[in-house]
Amino acid sequence: MKQFLFLAVLFFSMSFSGTKPMGYGVGDQAADFKLKNVDGKMVSLSDFKDAKGYIVVFTCNHCPYAMKYEDRIIALNAKYAPLGYPVIAINPNDPISNPDDNFDAMKERVKEKSISYPYLVDSGSIYAQYGATRTPHVFLLDKAKVVQYIGAIDDNAMEPSSVKAKFLEEAIADLQAGRKVKVATTKAVGCSIKPKA
Amino acid sequence: MLFCTFFLKAQENVVVFAKYDDMSPQFLKNNDTLYVVNFWATWCKPCVAELPFFLEAEQFYKSEKVKFLLVSLDFSDQLEKRVLPFIAKNNIKSTCFLLADQDANGWIPKVDADWSGAIPASAIFKNGKKVHFTEGNFESTTDLKKLINNHL
Repeated sequence: MKQFLFLAVLFFSMSFSGTKPMGYGVGDQAADFKLKNVDGKMVSLSDFKDAKGYIVVFTCNHCPYAMKYEDRIIALNAKYAPLGYPVIAINPNDPISNPDDNFDAMKERVKEKSISYPYLVDSGSIYAQYGATRTPHVFLLDKAKVVQYIGAIDDNAMEPSSVKAKFLEEAIADLQAGRKVKVATTKAVGCSIKPKA
Repeated sequence: MLFCTFFLKAQENVVVFAKYDDMSPQFLKNNDTLYVVNFWATWCKPCVAELPFFLEAEQFYKSEKVKFLLVSLDFSDQLEKRVLPFIAKNNIKSTCFLLADQDANGWIPKVDADWSGAIPASAIFKNGKKVHFTEGNFESTTDLKKLINNHL
């Protein structure tokens, strides 16, 4: 009976996890990936040998929220990559349903904005593995690739000058100081990710 | 703020709310009307694709105690440029709000604790309580009506 109960529970939890989107929570070990950058080269987290952490951002070209944050993501990389926290941007959107998110458009955006961090095509459904649901959606990993923060960059998409809480920067400051991240998850409005069907 | 929002209403078809808590009394009411609240934006393709289902369902439930509220999450500076022209072009007569509350981390969990903030998203309220929440889009008017019928 006990065994049966165990199997039943196992079965139900399996069928449940089948319908609920998978994804990481804070404290989970994040998987590395190997995805194509706009320059055609493959990029992995492990390429960043001296990284103390990783700012993994699921973002895209077309989404107005992603666009509002583009300059802020560029500024984050400029500030934190030299400190050992590089930005790695991943575009999970289907280029067919959103031509603005296709490879050429990504290359164009990188050129236009002089983006120096990797901007990768999510050909491996890494967004689903991480549990990203919208763009932009940030996952801050520590040196050991353990997820330490999930959420928004700050608390005001519309007006950078009206930002009161820089959630991501505060989380990085906590990591730098060897503290537990105080605000480890935040929510934000964003464009739902439209992966390939 | 209240004055401001109603002042805007007098001029336009869209009521702009600066704060979620200013907007929520519009659907958190102690009555047996079902409030179907859809969060959308003009730039959100799947949102725009499912809007006709809401407009059709609204017609269908015209004589019932069901009220539809379309809450645009477009940036407020896009109201005149995009939202109003979109509503005019698509001949939308529903109650339309624009929520300009930038403290998304504050208000999103008030709608639903599990909502990541991606749109489209829809919630149904009755007697001042949320009775249903969907993150993602509906496939058809039938899907939406099935859900509404469950809560009538």
